[in-house]
Amino acid sequence: MGKYTNNPQAIAALIRNGEVHRDLYIDEELFNLEMKHLFANTWIYAGHESQVPNEGDFITTEIARQPLIMIRHGDGEIYLLHNRCMHKGVKVLADRCGNTGKRLRCPYHAWSYRTDGRLLSLPFQKGYEGTGFEDSEAAAGLPRVKAVKNYRGFVFARLSEHGIGFEKFFGDALSSLDNMIDRSPEGRLEVAGPPLRYMHKCNWKMLVENQTDACHPMVAHESSAGTVAQMWKELDMPEDAPKPMAVEVVVPFTSPYEFYDKMGIRVWPNGHGHTGVHGGIHSNYSSIPGYYEKMVAAYGENRAQAILGENRHNTVYFPNVMLKGPIQLLRVFTPLAADRTQVDSYIYRLVGAPDMLLARTAMYNRLINAPTSVVGHDDLEMYERAQEGLLSDGADWVNFQRLYQPDEGTEVTAEVHGTSEQQMRNQFYAWKKFMLASMEKAAA
Amino acid sequence: MSFPAREDLIEFVYDEARLLDDQQFEEWLGLWAPDSHYWMPLEYKQTDPDLVTSLLYEDEFLRKMRVHRLTGQRTFSQQPRSRCSHVLNRPRIVTMSEDRQEFVTETRFHYVETRLDDQFLLAATSRHELVLIDGALKIKLKRVDLLNCDASFGNIQLFL
Repeated sequence: MGKYTNNPQAIAALIRNGEVHRDLYIDEELFNLEMKHLFANTWIYAGHESQVPNEGDFITTEIARQPLIMIRHGDGEIYLLHNRCMHKGVKVLADRCGNTGKRLRCPYHAWSYRTDGRLLSLPFQKGYEGTGFEDSEAAAGLPRVKAVKNYRGFVFARLSEHGIGFEKFFGDALSSLDNMIDRSPEGRLEVAGPPLRYMHKCNWKMLVENQTDACHPMVAHESSAGTVAQMWKELDMPEDAPKPMAVEVVVPFTSPYEFYDKMGIRVWPNGHGHTGVHGGIHSNYSSIPGYYEKMVAAYGENRAQAILGENRHNTVYFPNVMLKGPIQLLRVFTPLAADRTQVDSYIYRLVGAPDMLLARTAMYNRLINAPTSVVGHDDLEMYERAQEGLLSDGADWVNFQRLYQPDEGTEVTAEVHGTSEQQMRNQFYAWKKFMLASMEKAAA
Repeated sequence: MSFPAREDLIEFVYDEARLLDDQQFEEWLGLWAPDSHYWMPLEYKQTDPDLVTSLLYEDEFLRKMRVHRLTGQRTFSQQPRSRCSHVLNRPRIVTMSEDRQEFVTETRFHYVETRLDDQFLLAATSRHELVLIDGALKIKLKRVDLLNCDASFGNIQLFL
């Protein structure tokens, strides 16, 4: 046992006014406690229902390093099961996705389960007669995550059986997800293709912080977005010339501090927040022919305008999701170790909308989120340098003081300047709350 | 060249890889036909470059942007610069069509990229769709399929 296990006071002391201790990024013991407490006490994104449309369809995933199966049962329900045979612990499914039919059969000794996890059969069953097997842990079948919520197709789970409810945890932050879904004339999304997978040799929190960091694009992305802007300028096109989609997507990253500052940030309780209260880098995309008409037909003019007028930039769903409503993109930052994070970037089709919207989203994804993306290279270089730099014993604290106010409150809904680091602080307030929630209970 | 010999196609593919390894990127940009694409799918046997995410799907503008960025003073992910090496299997000629002036090769290769203490190896197949423009072979489409396209990668900064 190190210095943080069973020591909530030591953990609470890691967050102070506008500063956090570097152990949040580099300490493996603290990382293990994050998995055990923070990632168990909060609602984590597991997948989208369109990935499992039919009975027996599954995806495999993980939350807090727990191997999980998200699967569609015969009654239409989506269950989240631990991917661990009750016999010897073998992962029952290895594929990232597929269809298992009516039952899950472990490939080692053929223990079989229903798609809701219940034990179905054991081969040569009489070997268990009179052994008390029915009272064993194994007899209950694959452990099911009980707190699962399918919110308009987006499936979230809380590993801990007891804790904060889904609606209370997300509160008004769900408005960003609503807006993304409402952009479909049918109010429905579908995952389009596999996610981009990008390995980051850094702590997961760096990625989450970066989503509302409006003071880095014009600096870190000067190399990529700046080059595009320069090349476009050199082409010397007339002011009103239609911009290629790539120029439209990348150039706004070079916008000045004032642009990002005016864009504003909204923070919500429990660590959620978003940039782009007053529009943002996605606001000035050219319109896609035929889309607006479909939206008006589905929602009426006023409602359609309200939906499309909302141009939130990045929404952080604490702890580890970022969503871009205006372009239907969701990124999951899955912690693997204190210095290792798997990033999956999913794109969604707006059911009933023209394909050109999806084409733009796919382009955005590969230009910005791919391991082959120059914008991604800019960011990852910074994260990895930070991960190495934080090993320095020369200083212990990481600074988050930009526009800090001592009375800003740790669980508030507020609208602040776009260049404020309040949303990052908001994440740390929530970090502390959900790290300690189950520790203090255990200690009591 | 009014009609290329088989050897011309094969040499073209080797030369292209050499330009990349020698970081002669401006010359590399000159190998492409107008309205051409450099495509690296994300999905195994992907057929759609538009509605499914790709690792790369770059037109002339984006290829130029990549090349310009590599040498930028504030391109911190290239300070220090990466280096790469292609080891090519002999290109196989898939199509040689005199009527349509289309030439297609397929080449298996191993690619190594390195920067500081990090080095990684990728196995891939490239498909070159070439056309003749003013007697010179140019790339209409270069498609690179990674053997492990569905794996999780760190930064891949140069060109396969």
